[in-house]
Amino acid sequence: MSTPTTKRLTTSAMIASFADPDQRTITAPFGHALNAVAEQRPEIVGLSADLAKYTDMHVFRDANPDRFFQMGMAEQAMLGAAAGMAEVGLVPFASTYSVFATRRAYDFLCLDIAEPGLNVNVVGALPGLTTGYGPSHQATEDLAILRGCPNLTIVDPCDAIDIEQAVPQLAAHAGPTYLRLLRGKVPAVLDEYGYTFELGKATELRGGRDVLFVSTGLMTMRALQAAARLEADRIDAAVLHVPTIKPLDTETILAQLRTDRLVVTCENHTVVGGLSEAVAAAAGYAGISTRIRTAALPDEFLAAGALPTLHDRYGLSTDALVEQVRTSL
Amino acid sequence: MTSPVTSPPDTQADRVRAAATRIRRHALTMGEVQGQGYIGQALGAADVLAAFYAREGGELRLRPEDPEWDDRDRFLLSIGHYAIALYAALAEAGTIAVDELGTYGSDDSRLPMSGMASYTPGMEISGGSLGHGLGVACGMAMGLRHRGNSARVINLLSDGELDEGSTWEAALAGAHHELSNLVAVVDVNGLQADGPTPGVLRTEPVTDKWRAFGWHAVRVDGNDVDALLAGLDEIREHTAGPSVLICDTRTGRGVPFLETREKAHFMPVAEHEWAAARAALEEQQ
Repeated sequence: MSTPTTKRLTTSAMIASFADPDQRTITAPFGHALNAVAEQRPEIVGLSADLAKYTDMHVFRDANPDRFFQMGMAEQAMLGAAAGMAEVGLVPFASTYSVFATRRAYDFLCLDIAEPGLNVNVVGALPGLTTGYGPSHQATEDLAILRGCPNLTIVDPCDAIDIEQAVPQLAAHAGPTYLRLLRGKVPAVLDEYGYTFELGKATELRGGRDVLFVSTGLMTMRALQAAARLEADRIDAAVLHVPTIKPLDTETILAQLRTDRLVVTCENHTVVGGLSEAVAAAAGYAGISTRIRTAALPDEFLAAGALPTLHDRYGLSTDALVEQVRTSL
Repeated sequence: MTSPVTSPPDTQADRVRAAATRIRRHALTMGEVQGQGYIGQALGAADVLAAFYAREGGELRLRPEDPEWDDRDRFLLSIGHYAIALYAALAEAGTIAVDELGTYGSDDSRLPMSGMASYTPGMEISGGSLGHGLGVACGMAMGLRHRGNSARVINLLSDGELDEGSTWEAALAGAHHELSNLVAVVDVNGLQADGPTPGVLRTEPVTDKWRAFGWHAVRVDGNDVDALLAGLDEIREHTAGPSVLICDTRTGRGVPFLETREKAHFMPVAEHEWAAARAALEEQQ
């Protein structure tokens, strides 16, 4: 009996990196960025619900043990307590997985944090399809849940650069925020585009005559890769990165949508209630009739499996994005 | 709203009892304005609120004219529907004017029927979605301690809120973090929206549960002012962690014909009964 020599894909892993092989990465950008801003702002504190190690909060915990509060596997108490800390003048960053921050503890995020407009920064790891662990951990509808919450600022970063630059701005923002966290070894991409994160702003990363990708989160990385691949087909694709989901930079988006280019919205989230519908609604309200295609997760509970397999299956891989553009043009 | 002449109170407990009567009187007046209100709960909790807001020397460290004072004790009402009683207590404390109580529940009033922090001076949190108060109180207590502020945090919750898992998450947190500046006050009136607590979801033995969660628990008759004040004194002595004062109260307390009325979460009071209720309250004095 022979031993298989081909490397097997790691399936169903809770923590899996979506970085491509050999891609430049930065380790735990959130934790280090939080440390940097915490040095300047003593009122910043950290909380986690038994997931400090898996949300890069351990970096802050280890550097600031007296400013870190372990709340145990109790997300409702964590968000309530974060609100209480903000009420007495602290600036909390509270981390857990996105599924728990949104599905389990939404009432606490909504009423304790968002309604009083407190500067509490909720940090949710494993957003969208960034774990192969199945529906229990795949926060495929977190944006849909949270976009309806008044006062809340929502950021879906593309990479480590976005995270490093967003964290101090989230701390400085007076109201509540939700950050879709990319953790562990996070790709570094956007520094190659002369990019600067600005809360509430969409940014054109590259221009293009034939296709416009309007993308958020890690899908901006895929859109940039797809645009580079499409050059071989003489297809000229632009990429508009929309890291702030709420409030949406509709002015910049609508200016780009007044076009005869193929528009493809890209998000690591269900097609229901996320960037795609927000862009389509903005276009509709503005009377813009451009046809919009979307690369987003289907409205279903997703499978467990290896991330590359799942991203291919559900249309988030660069291959799937390129194929969608080719068949749509 | 004017107070009838009563004999001058001569002990600390007498003064609290007199304040509790005024709180009940105000609550009845507010209830009549709207023709409704959680009057049963307000009458039941009046002694507890008077013990906190009207105790001479201050059970609560407050500056009534400065409700945002950083060193104040925080009193968190997670049971938003008890707001009618807290407004009366805030009037008693001098944070809001007695005359304003007449606006209760009216359009553009600062006194909505369910307590909301952004509306009312002295209202620390927006209650209503039950099971939130103790978690926020934990965070305030942790934050104040972190900042070196010695203020206390008190959360008044109901026995119905013991149904909520989040209450027990927060109870674990309060004990784990040894929050000696945190006090929970549980109004055990034995009544929930769907009926008496034992038939809705059994919560007894309440005292044992809190003790098992690591809290210093004291149980008193919440309509016995002497017992309440003694309980608060005992809690103040305990500095090793969080304390809970469990108060057995009777809905409608102070107005006999309401106290014996069939228990209901939303106690019906007919239009002609409000004046009779006020008269009955005064007769008790």
